[in-house]
Amino acid sequence: MHAVVENGTPFKYSDAARTEVLGLLKKYPEGKGKSAILRALHIAQEENSGWLSVAAMDHVAEVLSITPIEVYEVASFYSMFNLAPVGKYVLEFCQTGPCAIEGAERIITYTKQKLGIGKNETTPDGLFTIKQVECLGACGYAPMMQVGEFYHEHLNEAKIDQFIEDCRSGKINKGTWKMH
Amino acid sequence: MARKLLLEHAHVEGINTYDVYRKHGGYRSVEKALKTMTPDEVVEEVKKSGLRGRGGAGFPTGMKWSFLAKPEGVPRYLVCNADESEPGTFKDRYLMEKIPHLLVEGMITSSYALGANTSYIYIRGEYSWILFVLEKAIAEAYNAGWLGKNILGTGYNLDLYVNIGGGAYICGEETALLESLEGKRGNPRIKPPFPAVKGLWASPTVVNNVETIAAVVPIVNDGGDEYAKIGIGKSTGTKLISASGNINKPGVYEIELNVPVEEFLYSDEYCGGIKNGKKLKACVPGGSSVPILPHYLVCKTAAGEQRLMTYESLADGGFATGSMLGSGGFIVYDEDQCIVRNTWNFSRFYAHESCGQCSPCREGTSWMEKVLHRMEHGQGKMSDIDLLSDVAKKIEGNTICPLGDAAAWPVSAAIRHFREEFEWHVNEPKLCMERNYGLVKEPVTTV
Repeated sequence: MHAVVENGTPFKYSDAARTEVLGLLKKYPEGKGKSAILRALHIAQEENSGWLSVAAMDHVAEVLSITPIEVYEVASFYSMFNLAPVGKYVLEFCQTGPCAIEGAERIITYTKQKLGIGKNETTPDGLFTIKQVECLGACGYAPMMQVGEFYHEHLNEAKIDQFIEDCRSGKINKGTWKMH
Repeated sequence: MARKLLLEHAHVEGINTYDVYRKHGGYRSVEKALKTMTPDEVVEEVKKSGLRGRGGAGFPTGMKWSFLAKPEGVPRYLVCNADESEPGTFKDRYLMEKIPHLLVEGMITSSYALGANTSYIYIRGEYSWILFVLEKAIAEAYNAGWLGKNILGTGYNLDLYVNIGGGAYICGEETALLESLEGKRGNPRIKPPFPAVKGLWASPTVVNNVETIAAVVPIVNDGGDEYAKIGIGKSTGTKLISASGNINKPGVYEIELNVPVEEFLYSDEYCGGIKNGKKLKACVPGGSSVPILPHYLVCKTAAGEQRLMTYESLADGGFATGSMLGSGGFIVYDEDQCIVRNTWNFSRFYAHESCGQCSPCREGTSWMEKVLHRMEHGQGKMSDIDLLSDVAKKIEGNTICPLGDAAAWPVSAAIRHFREEFEWHVNEPKLCMERNYGLVKEPVTTV
């Protein structure tokens, strides 16, 4: 659980995102539009450089016609929502049992040393943030990390090196909610 | 060769598209159910099949369906639990990625059986790409007339939507899932009322796991009796097992519920044995929540009988010497793994995932995590071992939802079977940082 503290800059959905969010409401009965909140927050996070500012959450509340507190209490409950700024590429390493016994700890330590940052920290160039998360359902393909929409599995040091190089050279598409 | 009811066509190229899926017999169960069966007849076939919930609890699906309240003028809902997050479990992901139409088909046939006109699939947020795989499959099904108004001209209407989560293990608990689907924090509800009476938006609701709903397709196609012929006793049909850990061939396998654990673990058809020629140390056969088994209780029961991959055989001996089939998350540990470290790891997981509603779980999970952490880092006391057992006992059964039990069982079981390894950590604080304990000895029993 995280505290909602960061203010950030003003936020509004793009026209396409706003249409998408309003379109979600037809999935639910009249007056139950609050059910769209998680997807609405994922889309807002995507459009707000990977994190949810108070401004972004207030905007989601307005679009869904609910109160801001209803958005804060949800955003602060779920682990995928970042309530503070993050880097362009958020490396979310699974650290749970099956990944741990297949070398997750070694890979996480290696990546931290390579990037010179710790857990929940961002590199000074704003490119990378490291998060350690719990089981992502890739236990048979361990160790692994999620970056944006994509799972990177069977990780080893060489794959981490390549990944970081590709991010730096702009080759990697981190995967977004808006590409479909 | 084992029969495959769910994954038979998983490797067919293009099976994720409607045309190929249909060519391989897809959507026959919808035709059969809607055109030739009443909803109650579908429920009856599911009862006859003996199908049990594949998410972990193993409750008979037909019985769960028959509990659904049917008051006049109130909508009923079917919600698919695709919030797969039990450590060691990745079978639903595989099924949805490979054959999304199987889930869509199962949802239609099951919704018809339950009289639901709107149904939801709630998928965990991290599986975001599968959200789009499913939405594409659903769009194809609408186009082909399997969803929407007046399906196949029968007058039956169904809308199917996918809802995405935001990262929370607790939302796999069915009432937390419903809270989340209503756009709230995933705090489990006090039961009763059960979802069958008051579920989504206070309407009667059935929540079923992905694999459970997929299994309805072969059950309706071939009949419940045919399905029940597979397996042993009350473990009928096939089950998807997610195999992970220190094995040669991790992955998702569909097994008939009668395979010996030894065969599953060592044959090349399945796990292919322990990696790097190492010895088996332990196995968690049904996802992180179920009791861990030491090497000498994995392939045979305490009574010396062959252990099978069934609900009953894996539970043989109760918690004293058995475990559970659970979600089928089969995690294998070789001789180099540290049980204290693994128990600490799982405790950290549960402490992180506890929603915080109930004090025993909120406080107890963090407490266990801290004690296990210090023990693993050479700062444990001998009294910590009994302290852990005591805390675990005080969480178990004292919380609104089963997350408390799920957090307590792995700790209790690890101490039960690996006490000497825990004691070694206390007695050898320096050594335990450098190397692992190795295999525990099988207790000598007098017959």
